Amino acid sequence: MTMDWLSGYGLQLIFGAVTMLSVALVALVVGTVLGISLGTAKIYGAKPLRYSAEAYTAVVRGVPDLIVIYLIYFGGTVALTKITGQYVDINGFAAGVAALAFIFAAYAGDIFRGAIGQVPRGQTEAAHALGLSPRAAFFRIILPQAWRLALPGFGNLAIILIKQTSLISVIGLEELLRASSVISGATRQPFLVYSVAAILYLIITSIVSWGFRNAGIRSNRGFA
Amino acid sequence: MESCSSEGGTVVMSAVTKRFGSFAALKGIGLSVDRGEKIVICGPSGSGKSTLIRCINRIEKHDGGSIVVEGCLLDHRLTNIDKVRREVGMVFQSFNLFPHMTVLENCMLAPMLVRGLKAAEAEDVAISYLRRVRIADQAAKYPSQLSGGQQQRVAIARAMCMKPKIMLLDEPTSALDPEMVKEVLNTMIELAGDGMTMICVTHEMGFARQVADRVIFMDEGAIVEEGAPEQFFRQPKTQRARDFLSQVLH
Repeated sequence: MTMDWLSGYGLQLIFGAVTMLSVALVALVVGTVLGISLGTAKIYGAKPLRYSAEAYTAVVRGVPDLIVIYLIYFGGTVALTKITGQYVDINGFAAGVAALAFIFAAYAGDIFRGAIGQVPRGQTEAAHALGLSPRAAFFRIILPQAWRLALPGFGNLAIILIKQTSLISVIGLEELLRASSVISGATRQPFLVYSVAAILYLIITSIVSWGFRNAGIRSNRGFA
Repeated sequence: MESCSSEGGTVVMSAVTKRFGSFAALKGIGLSVDRGEKIVICGPSGSGKSTLIRCINRIEKHDGGSIVVEGCLLDHRLTNIDKVRREVGMVFQSFNLFPHMTVLENCMLAPMLVRGLKAAEAEDVAISYLRRVRIADQAAKYPSQLSGGQQQRVAIARAMCMKPKIMLLDEPTSALDPEMVKEVLNTMIELAGDGMTMICVTHEMGFARQVADRVIFMDEGAIVEEGAPEQFFRQPKTQRARDFLSQVLH
């Protein structure tokens, strides 16, 4: 029994955790870029862009996460099959990352919108007066200050994202939850297996919260 | 580029108007500033002083009339705005230093991004101006660690690092505690000695007397009176200017 855990099942759980982390990390990066774009569009964008961004948030926030995941997975399969003319089984990893990134962005967009709006107007004016381009003013002056304000909310979303990766077990990607369910079937010790999985989630989310706390302290440099 | 010429004054405004909704902030401003001239603009609050100087580097967009700065016509063309902003420095009432950067980084940023200076060159320039405003020893600090007067001197140094031809100062001492006004005024007086073109909105009449070539008095979005400081302070021509002066000179 102990040998099985060490050699086979333990390893399987670790692989599950690694897959979970990879999905979360890629979704976090993609979702953040998309979220900042949405937030920026809502503040600076022309009307059509602004309304599209608002509509996006309303739709993604109003539909259950699981349905978003199914829609992207099956919708992606149908679309690729149509385009290529033969049946394509869409990559679970890609579909999972895309779905989670889209969901993440819908919430992150509003966090960034709020944070950008809180940076005093005088900062943009000073940047412009110094001759900085709108692009440089945004990336060098506004975004770093907005980032500090966004960080607490953003950290929360990142923790939620890590736990949401468990949802993509439904499309067959063997992340931590899926691995746990396979192992608990094989060992018939569901309580033990899921407890171990829960502890792994807890360890990872704790490390991430700790990281965000430190990032928060760092980003407050220079602010009295 | 081709729309800039080197003729005429440093700043030439004619019939400039600006509205905020239904409020007319500027009602046909005509103003010509010569190279090296020091101008002080005063007037009651809401008279359009700040709006006027903010139109010169297009922090505010004017609605009518024309503004030519260093031979460049300011209109919808973005290339001219960039060119003008490169030659025009600005100091704000509320300092507007970048809080996430050190004093030194505040001064180095624009010369590197806009003028294309290398970090080492930008640092040399920054240190030399920080020295001139006597604050080089605080270069590694963040703005929030400095007093208001020190922050405003850094803001002046930051603007100077771009080596502008024209300096706009928008009530630079109004947000300061009384005991810090003097250090900033002294820095501004030194700046004026350099021969730079200066346009300053201020109620510091001592500064106006000492430095200004011309005082401009505004009320309700228009230039009501202008003249040399001795004449303006001794014998204001209009009743509105007399009322205003009786309130600021105590």
